[in-house]
Amino acid sequence: MNTSIQWDRNCPIPIAADAQRISLAHGEGARLSRRLISEIILPRFATAANRGFADAATVTTIGCRLAICTDSHTVSPMFFPGGDLGSLSVYGTVNDLAVAGACPRWLTMSLIIEEGLPIAVLERILDSAAHAARECNVTIVAGDTKVVPRGAADGLFINTSGVGEMMDPVPPGPQSIQVGDKILISGPIGRHGIAVLSARESFAFDPAPLSDSGSVIHAVASLRNSVGEQLRTIRDATRGGVSAVLHEWATECGHTFEVTEARVPVTDEVRGACELLGLDPLYVANEGTIVVAVDPRFAEIAATALRRVPGCEQAAIIGHVQPQGISPVTIRRTFGSSQPLDEPSGALLPRIC
Amino acid sequence: MMKFIDEFRDPVLATELVRRIRATAKQPWVLMEVCGGQTHSLLRHGIDVELQDAVELIHGPGCPVCVTDISAIDLAQQLASLPGVMLASFGDMLRVPGSQGSLLTARAAGANVMMVYSPVDAVRHAQSHPELQVVFFAVGFETTAPATALAVLQAHQLGLENFSVLVSHVRVQPAMEVLMQAPDNRVQGFLAAGHVCSITGYDLYDDFAQRYRVPVVVTGFEPVDLLQGILECVTQLETGTAEVRNTYGRSVARFGNPAAQRVVETVYEIDDRAWRGFGVIPAGGYRLRENFATFDVQRRFGLTRSTETNDSATAQRCRAGEVLSGRLKPCDCPEFGTACTPDSPLGAPMVSSEGACAAWFRYHRGSKL
Amino acid sequence: MCLGVPGKVVEWIDRDPVFGRALVEFGGIRRECHMACVPDAEVGNYVIVHAGIAITRVNEQDAERTLQDLAAIAEGLSARDEFNSAGTV
Repeated sequence: MNTSIQWDRNCPIPIAADAQRISLAHGEGARLSRRLISEIILPRFATAANRGFADAATVTTIGCRLAICTDSHTVSPMFFPGGDLGSLSVYGTVNDLAVAGACPRWLTMSLIIEEGLPIAVLERILDSAAHAARECNVTIVAGDTKVVPRGAADGLFINTSGVGEMMDPVPPGPQSIQVGDKILISGPIGRHGIAVLSARESFAFDPAPLSDSGSVIHAVASLRNSVGEQLRTIRDATRGGVSAVLHEWATECGHTFEVTEARVPVTDEVRGACELLGLDPLYVANEGTIVVAVDPRFAEIAATALRRVPGCEQAAIIGHVQPQGISPVTIRRTFGSSQPLDEPSGALLPRIC
Repeated sequence: MMKFIDEFRDPVLATELVRRIRATAKQPWVLMEVCGGQTHSLLRHGIDVELQDAVELIHGPGCPVCVTDISAIDLAQQLASLPGVMLASFGDMLRVPGSQGSLLTARAAGANVMMVYSPVDAVRHAQSHPELQVVFFAVGFETTAPATALAVLQAHQLGLENFSVLVSHVRVQPAMEVLMQAPDNRVQGFLAAGHVCSITGYDLYDDFAQRYRVPVVVTGFEPVDLLQGILECVTQLETGTAEVRNTYGRSVARFGNPAAQRVVETVYEIDDRAWRGFGVIPAGGYRLRENFATFDVQRRFGLTRSTETNDSATAQRCRAGEVLSGRLKPCDCPEFGTACTPDSPLGAPMVSSEGACAAWFRYHRGSKL
Repeated sequence: MCLGVPGKVVEWIDRDPVFGRALVEFGGIRRECHMACVPDAEVGNYVIVHAGIAITRVNEQDAERTLQDLAAIAEGLSARDEFNSAGTV
């Protein structure tokens, strides 16, 4: 199966048949590798502090607790409406640090490149990553490249690790969620999953649905500034959507999470696409939208604070925490009675039935 | 706001219809909805819970994915593994287990399988990839037959030699006949599949309703539609009537859609078809007409497909036939929730999201109804 | 089975009897749909789309009539609510 066609089809820049491509030689550690790093990678990420080929970057921090996280990223297609693999990688790790209560500072970036990837595609991805890093005030301080034979990677895999400085007050985590707490969402759900699915399967929706891929730093900051002490926990709702997050939290704290369907914001685009494909937005991935658990007395303040952040105007209180019931997560739809909302299982497959 | 959807999800109207049904039904009548999409909606909105003790809803064999014979899935897998072949399929068909895994597991093992939203997209793919033999896995009821027939018509007019169809369509009414003829049949009234009737119309049920003395009510898919259909059915049963009525008039006309029927009849003719869990149902499916036979995958590849259902040991533990005809509730199956779950399904009713067992698992796990 | 979604015909692209297509709008998105089964649909009409093809036109008068009948139910409800609340004061 020729997987290397996929990113060509979706790349916004024209790739000529004789375009320069990554070859196995680029990964051998010799002249071509050095040129790849010095001419393509470093110029995009170099700072005054690190310009060379040192094995490790050194960074300085004032005595404080650090948060560290790591993530590997692969997305097909590599370029989708609203983002690409490069920006996705940076935002993903930055967001993990932000929701944990840290100020994101430094990232590493490791590339596993499939032989045959056009260099112009790589440059475009790296530009995007560099742009996202600047936007988030983080520096990419160390990295690695490997080249694997054709077919061994889906064009490009990126691993990012991130380090951030913990800031007080630190949200205690899902095990601190109590009965009565409120659940908030920072914006309309399901945008990323629909954007990627539509692009990958060429559903030819118009307008092409846009991913919400982006940084949640400002949303988190707004919450911390308004209700910092009253936050229980925050998560970005990536694969598996809001449902996956609530199921995880239910496992941690042992309570039941009840969502009111009518309160959950969904864009007209995602609504239309989900109706057509027979999907439930609560199971669809996001990449820049956060779920928040907060002390109920401060839920309205938190929602108001979120709505002041550009992009979060539709933030809403969507549910609350109850004593353990028939199911870890329940939903109120037509009749106002609670139905179990199951865990997402497996790939999101459109239905004809 | 989505017009002709949201108005029919109005909770105030739905609640009032439930109240009327409860007020009308003096005994727990047994109704069957034939269509998997209706099952999905009933369970998703909790209508079966709201009508508990007032009306018994049995989920019929309405999921074309559920009733697709195992031999068809096995054949699809076989084709997808041939070099130069691209098998195109609807998304929900990919997860259904044949006797050796599903199309998804076959794809992971290197088979060429692609998901399409529309069969016509598969024709486009064939057009732009002359080096591939594109095979479309044509499942679905009469609702979907026009789409796959149109794909064949377009391929024919384009003179494509690299497009073919694995025909596995199923027809609803023959299955309803089989159900009503079963000696322990409990169904007293039918909610007829709304979108099937958009194509076929519903005059064909007149004779059926009379012969079996059962009301047949053409019903839609949104909560208000379903409740209107149930209310009409219950009202008839209370008054001893057995007629065909249409509560989905916005999408269904008495004689259906002639243009769609013409498309289907141009390409397909009625044939016997094996349904998973039922065996062969006379007139239960379609086959390509002789002048389109070149698009039949068995003709194109010189393959045969066993007419017997090819049940593997695992599939034999699945009691799809009993569940799909309403004789066994999913939660009463010994394998339900233990050996058989959506993650490890023994058979199709647990796989497809509107399969009776999967829907039950999702919406009622932990509670018995 | 039969996930059929109502959408509004916004623009005809090709009126060929076999290859006919139109742009149909569903909520916030539009998609080209195949129109061989609804050749008489006009811009502004609603159609039910299943697996990428329009399988029937929506009978809007029937929909309006049904909604009016249902609205009468709802009105009956509010009247009953008033009656009930008056009784409990």
